[in-house]
Amino acid sequence: MSQTAIKNGYYGDFGGSFVPEDLQEVLQYIGEQYEKYKNDPEFNEELEYYLREYAGRENPLYLAENLTKQLGGAKIYLKREDLNHTGSHKINNVLGQILLAKRMGVKRVIAETGAGQHGVATATACAMFGMECTIYMGAKDTKRQALNVFRMELLGAEVVAVDKGQGLLKEAVDEAFADLVANYKNTFYLIGSAVGPTPYPEMVEHFQSIISKESRAQHLAKEGKLPTAVVAAVGGGSNAAGAFYHYINDEEVRLIGVEPAGAATLSKGSPAVFHGFKSYVLQDEEGNLLDTESIAAGLDYQGVGPLHAYLHTTGRGEYVTATNEEVLEAFKTLSRVEGIIPALESSHAVAHALKLAPTLSPEDSIIVNVSGRGDKDVEQVFAMLNK
Amino acid sequence: MTTTVKGRFGRFGGQFVPETLMTALQELEEAYDQYKNDEEFQNELKYYLKNYVGRETPLYFAERLTDYCGGAKIYLKREDLNHTGAHKINNALGQALLAKRMGKKKIVAETGAGQHGVATATACALLNLECIVYMGAEDVKRQALNVFRMELLGTKVVAVEKGSATLKDAVNEALRHWVTNIDDTHYILGSALGPHPFPTIVRDFQRVIGDETRAQILNLENRLPDAVVACVGGGSNAIGMFYPFVEDQDVALFGVEAAGKGVATGLHAAAIQGGQTGVLHGAFMYLLQDENGFVQEAHSISAGLDYPGVGPEHCHLHESGRAKFDTVTDDEALEGVKLLCRTEGILPALESAHAIYYASKLAKTMSPDEILVICLSGRGDKDVHTISEALGGNLS
Amino acid sequence: MSQLKDAILATTANGDKAFVPYIMAGDGGLEKLQSTISKLQELGVTAIEVGIPFTDPVADGPTIERAGERALANGTTLRKVIETLAGFASEIKVPLVAMTYLNPILAYGVEQFAQDASAAGIRGVIIPDMPLEEKDIIHPALQEANIALIQLVSLTSTPERVERLTKASEGFIYAVTVNGITGARSSFANELEEHFAKIQDYTDTPVLAGFGISSPDHVKSFGAFCSGVIVGSKIVDSLANDDWATIEELVLASKVATVR
Repeated sequence: MSQTAIKNGYYGDFGGSFVPEDLQEVLQYIGEQYEKYKNDPEFNEELEYYLREYAGRENPLYLAENLTKQLGGAKIYLKREDLNHTGSHKINNVLGQILLAKRMGVKRVIAETGAGQHGVATATACAMFGMECTIYMGAKDTKRQALNVFRMELLGAEVVAVDKGQGLLKEAVDEAFADLVANYKNTFYLIGSAVGPTPYPEMVEHFQSIISKESRAQHLAKEGKLPTAVVAAVGGGSNAAGAFYHYINDEEVRLIGVEPAGAATLSKGSPAVFHGFKSYVLQDEEGNLLDTESIAAGLDYQGVGPLHAYLHTTGRGEYVTATNEEVLEAFKTLSRVEGIIPALESSHAVAHALKLAPTLSPEDSIIVNVSGRGDKDVEQVFAMLNK
Repeated sequence: MTTTVKGRFGRFGGQFVPETLMTALQELEEAYDQYKNDEEFQNELKYYLKNYVGRETPLYFAERLTDYCGGAKIYLKREDLNHTGAHKINNALGQALLAKRMGKKKIVAETGAGQHGVATATACALLNLECIVYMGAEDVKRQALNVFRMELLGTKVVAVEKGSATLKDAVNEALRHWVTNIDDTHYILGSALGPHPFPTIVRDFQRVIGDETRAQILNLENRLPDAVVACVGGGSNAIGMFYPFVEDQDVALFGVEAAGKGVATGLHAAAIQGGQTGVLHGAFMYLLQDENGFVQEAHSISAGLDYPGVGPEHCHLHESGRAKFDTVTDDEALEGVKLLCRTEGILPALESAHAIYYASKLAKTMSPDEILVICLSGRGDKDVHTISEALGGNLS
Repeated sequence: MSQLKDAILATTANGDKAFVPYIMAGDGGLEKLQSTISKLQELGVTAIEVGIPFTDPVADGPTIERAGERALANGTTLRKVIETLAGFASEIKVPLVAMTYLNPILAYGVEQFAQDASAAGIRGVIIPDMPLEEKDIIHPALQEANIALIQLVSLTSTPERVERLTKASEGFIYAVTVNGITGARSSFANELEEHFAKIQDYTDTPVLAGFGISSPDHVKSFGAFCSGVIVGSKIVDSLANDDWATIEELVLASKVATVR
């Protein structure tokens, strides 16, 4: 695969920055700052310190012996992002961006959040670095996720309920960009997934690539070779981008992204410009967005990061789907068989591994990215199973 | 009490159990003595602690908390980063592996709010052991999600309707179950409590906290800390943290009990500060009781500290003066939650928040060249609802 | 010499089997205690085990536990039971055995308890959560007050323990007939007879069988290879229902003259 295809914010045809001129200038400035620090040894040393001491990295690459035995095929390894502080891979990116913000000398961080996960992760890091923090959240979401609102406030963040349009994530994003344009001199907009205009996708991928940096070394140490496949859930695609990143040039390693069947952007969508960048989007022939339906709030999104659109069209990545039923079954299976309750997002990856492993031989091995823990989802699953 | 019997810590501890249990305890003691020095067993335990639980956990320099307190340098031992979110898994996993070595196929355990139950259910799922958890009926109602979580992990949860229908009644029922099924069942007690050898076994499986801390602080600071602070309910995280420092007389040890609404109100869980010596659940210890020797219910906003007794080794550390025990109220613990959230972006369990609050006061009285370590025994995700209700949305 | 042991030996000397009913003091109100004891005496029981309620009765099964909860709800305490018994001590003809968990005794004060219990007609004590190894906490005070400290021997006890327990037990030996807690059960293991014979080898102190004995047939079959029986849950249930006919049948089954 040609690295030159990924350049200047473009992934082949995908990516880019399709935003109004005033925002374009701000994004360019952030991009320059990112380029300046991403290879700065001092910056990276500080990031490593917090990833290790605060987030608890490195996390294990755990051989799921029971599951392997039960499926009777490839060895299954679990990359334990669920053990990170705040319970998912989100913290990797949040720490990276907030340290960048700190270097840039800003004192205020803003973010959007849907269900609240990214808002909580951002509020967490802001508390720790003593940054002022404002979280934009659709008014409807603040009501549905009152406890997460409380949690952000407990962490000292200000939560702004956006009472425009439908009062959902999209309106929160618009509001956050408006804030950024008005206040970019002292404010940093911290985006949580590998989406949005340049430089965000690349920045998020970079900070999440720690996942595959670790897993690659861990797998080599344990097995003396690379894995047969890496499997990760894809919504916006940040955990998958991180889980795939350092294997992209290892052509023999299959990279498998698992989308919700009800939000299968890559399988059922088509290219379009959406939310400021070009990628695959779930839309009808008129270009209207289609409704999505996934039990995992974190994957319930009509778009997908440009890297995945690129890996999909070039064939380097394989993108498959899992139904809500399969996901729920995977959630239960990993809980019962390994004592690990995965996030519903991560359960998509587990669901595919349950199908894939028996088709492979015991010499093969699969790395499943357990991007987050399922504690946050237990209430939802309880309600679904007790209907 | 002047008898000198095995399993004593000073005059505390012992084996106050029905005769039907004595053989099982003896069998457990023998098995434990055999495996605690067995390299293969220890390697297996280490493997799971590293690859499954995610140890070692960081000893994190809490820079902003330190600045805020304006005294000693504060380090947090991050047990909240363990799989399942607290130190409980260290013991549950250790005992489940021990049970497996002993040839037991089934596990029984008690749980209060559900933390130890979830940890035990997790270890049993991992090691293919059948698991039954007794839980007070009141707790089952209040903690429906933790019940579901245990069921997800393949455990059978039994609601105990008897007595006060809380933790101590769950212990009674778990003990009964064990008495009746000792042939194939091991009882995984969740804290450093109960009859010998449980307090010792639990302490040994939890001492990894203190062992790691000791090595980490020597590595970071090239010396031992001046003070170590941990919350104490039954006392398993505290004893695990304290034990490797007991012989280091220069390291002051502080155990923080839950004062609930205040020790003077009678609505508390401070067995050492507000109880008398007595016998419950197999051990002679400090105990909340009335003048008739009837055991009183404990009260704390933190379910994990809500137990009327306290581990016998702590009783001894108190009586010998080696450790100092003090209390923190519900309201102060909530302050501790807010403080750690705001300064460090870490939401502590309500249990651990007792230690945070106490340590924040203690640190102020110390000098900047002194070092204080807090055992952050668990994360507070499980408590967000309780905290939100208790603060009534008031975050000022 | 133990009055308790004498009473049992006197019963077995006739060819009868000792019969020791267990009652929960305060179940139905402490005012019932005197009439219950005197009726049991009239039926010809050998001794009476008086249960003291406790908040955490780990060795008891559901029947006795519930009775204990009722007694606690009535405000029953160890102190009140002893006071009540002392009030009619002169009318108590059979030895009483107090069955209490350790903590109420510790709260009472060990020496004071021994003196007051003795004055109230208590001749033996069973403390289910105090194993032999811990007996020095209370044994000297009980000896002083001439109260027997009765040991339980369980099916799970190792041979060495069986020997030690048996030799140490005073008054009688309480042989637990099942693994586990008290409560009525329908069948028993065959190896019991052997177990009892082994126990009796070590001592001339009488052996009584207890835990799960709930029918006249049980009374007879257990009586056949030991000195008598203790009946708990069934008596407690019957008393709660005021069913004296059942109690009488059980007691009669221990008498040699009874042929049914």
